[in-house]
Amino acid sequence: MKEALRVEWTKLRTLPGTGWLLAAVVLLTVALGVVASSAVACSGVGCGQDPAKISLTGIAFGQAVVAVLAVLAVGGEYGTGMIRVTFAALPRRSTVLVAKAAVVGALVLVAGAVAVLVSVLAGRLILPGNGFTEAHGHAVLSLADGPVVRAAVGSVLYLVLVGLLSVGVATVVRDAAAAIGVVLGLLYLFPIVAAVVSDPDWFRRLQRISPMTAGLAVQATTDLAALPISPWAGLGVLGLWAAGALLVGGLVLRLRDA
Amino acid sequence: MSGRDGFGHVLRAEWTKLRTVRGWVFGLVAAALVIVLMGLFAAAASTVSCSGPDGKPCAGSTPTRGPGGEPVVDAFSFAHRSFTGDGSITARVTSLSAVSSSDGGTPVADTQPWTKGGVIIKESTTPGSPYAALTLTGGHGVRLQHNFTGDIAGTLDALPSWLRLTRSGDTITGHESADGGTWHLVGTVRLPGLPQTVRAGLFATSPHHEVLTESFASTSGTSYPTMATAEFDRIGLQGSWPDRTWTRGTVGGRGGGAVEVTADGVTVRGEGDIAPIVAGRGGLGKTVEGRLVGAFAGLIAVIVVAATFMTSEYRRGLIRTSLTASPRRGRVLAAKSAVIGAVTFVTGLVAALVAVPLVRAVEEDKGFFLFPVPTAVEVRVIVGTAALLSVAAVLSLAVGTVLRRSAGAVAVVIVAIVLPYILAIASVLPTGPSDWLLRITPAAAFAVQQSLPEYQQVTASYAPADGYFPLSPLGGFAVLCGYAAVALGVAVFVLRRRDA
Repeated sequence: MKEALRVEWTKLRTLPGTGWLLAAVVLLTVALGVVASSAVACSGVGCGQDPAKISLTGIAFGQAVVAVLAVLAVGGEYGTGMIRVTFAALPRRSTVLVAKAAVVGALVLVAGAVAVLVSVLAGRLILPGNGFTEAHGHAVLSLADGPVVRAAVGSVLYLVLVGLLSVGVATVVRDAAAAIGVVLGLLYLFPIVAAVVSDPDWFRRLQRISPMTAGLAVQATTDLAALPISPWAGLGVLGLWAAGALLVGGLVLRLRDA
Repeated sequence: MSGRDGFGHVLRAEWTKLRTVRGWVFGLVAAALVIVLMGLFAAAASTVSCSGPDGKPCAGSTPTRGPGGEPVVDAFSFAHRSFTGDGSITARVTSLSAVSSSDGGTPVADTQPWTKGGVIIKESTTPGSPYAALTLTGGHGVRLQHNFTGDIAGTLDALPSWLRLTRSGDTITGHESADGGTWHLVGTVRLPGLPQTVRAGLFATSPHHEVLTESFASTSGTSYPTMATAEFDRIGLQGSWPDRTWTRGTVGGRGGGAVEVTADGVTVRGEGDIAPIVAGRGGLGKTVEGRLVGAFAGLIAVIVVAATFMTSEYRRGLIRTSLTASPRRGRVLAAKSAVIGAVTFVTGLVAALVAVPLVRAVEEDKGFFLFPVPTAVEVRVIVGTAALLSVAAVLSLAVGTVLRRSAGAVAVVIVAIVLPYILAIASVLPTGPSDWLLRITPAAAFAVQQSLPEYQQVTASYAPADGYFPLSPLGGFAVLCGYAAVALGVAVFVLRRRDA
């Protein structure tokens, strides 16, 4: 296992795109977070906005880059035929998958942590200027605040889980482009369909099983009762999606020729 | 130049490549299928939120319909008389105001921008029947409105205002005057098929006071009724008016109004509105674009196919063969774009043509109110959706040419088209920034799907989440075309400059 980890780490580390993609995760997440923080204003008490959620809006953008990174870690090998060499060197295929997932997860964890920290810091600096003040019932965004810590840590884990989901999907699909399509479809399509469904039960159901909507529930710090699913349970839904994808990936990896 | 070098030859080569790769054919079939299936799912997972005693939809979901079939509110207080043939009605509005009590307590002054008081000629007192009204409003001056959707602005915005409606056949003309001496033409409208004898008189009405609070992912609103009071004097009737006195009554609504006739004038109190109903989110009915919600999923499939249509040439080294066979590189790209554009257009068109009637049948079966749209609009939405898929495919192909990596190209294009739309309809962003997202990003193209018009004469939320786009259908589509054109330009440039 240790060897498999080292192999995967070396492969991912030496790909020219990896560094750029990790930088893009941070940059795009922070950029959209800054734009959202500058665009949303709080006009008075009870303006119904959630400062933590606003400052972490960029996760919706950053996750797409995470998906690319994770998909390439798997799909790239299928594209070049490298996967056959990998399996010749390390015949235990599930070990290879676990090692890939671990390395991708670790990289995303680091990049995600940086992205989230900078986003929260940006929100802390920008939001008070837009009316998110003590007078309007909003404390300054601070990582000493329990719910804000949960939102921040949860957002980092959200990115990690999106990475794992992408590794699983890419293993099943074996084609990088198709895998990106499937992952982004899973993430982005649920909120769009939910918006046109008019049955309240179905609306709630869709929000609860949607990897993005449920997963991002972890960012909420105000009005928790109105959430379709509780914060950690929501992240758990995304965790189930990721686990399911990895499981199916591991299964087909065993059964199929490489 | 021999035929083998012609553009037709390159086109055929690209078409052969596309149709013989199983994955691409599968991707296109999948795109068409998800467009239909997602639409059906969205309809199946919707229910009419209120139902009447015998399982039939209740009154709230079967609104009054105007002459054009569109859902309307037609509720006002009316001092009216029978009016036969040609002639006119003139009145001076001396006061117009509205009150409300949001908590059931003492009413407070609460004049709405579209509080109305004026003269009206209406086919009958049946709600939804054709009419023309010249009215003073709470905040928009004198307006000549007819058949719910027509709205022409006058020039006056003062009290008192003189108003005159003149009938000649099925033409109604509105004049306004500040002093009753010099008259200014506001406009002329036609009410086709207006019977010889109609009801005409003085009316007042005032729409609900709407309070919209925007919070993330939703706009919650509270609204409560307002009661208008309009005072009229110097009433002049020309032509054949058989009734000796005013008939007092209300049209539609809850009948909370009143009409007082005094020695020198008439005072009308009324609540409601004479206006089209705006769809809004989770609103009362289903729209054409809702039936095509699957286009988003189809779009993703098409983007994957189009990007790999180019990038797989690089992966397999086939690009060198393609460029050897046809050394003019721009032409290869043009042929690829034409093939992928045409194929995805046909795929989208077939899928939309199947999805729309199928989903409509499900919605009808479930008893939904279906917003009627002119055939031309429905055609525009269907063809526009197909064109959106087609141009997105060309954009994806061009980005694939520049990046030469399928995963990156697919991610860039999906994020550029779909993410702004999601941020605009379901995120923390308020309406202003959401509107900007749908102006400057390729997601602007979804405007081509908007089937319902914005009504200036109705105060409502016209945000992206309600289905209203900041750009016109063609304007929004042009934004996507612009992105595709720029991407193609860059693709041609790098294809010429780079080694294959």
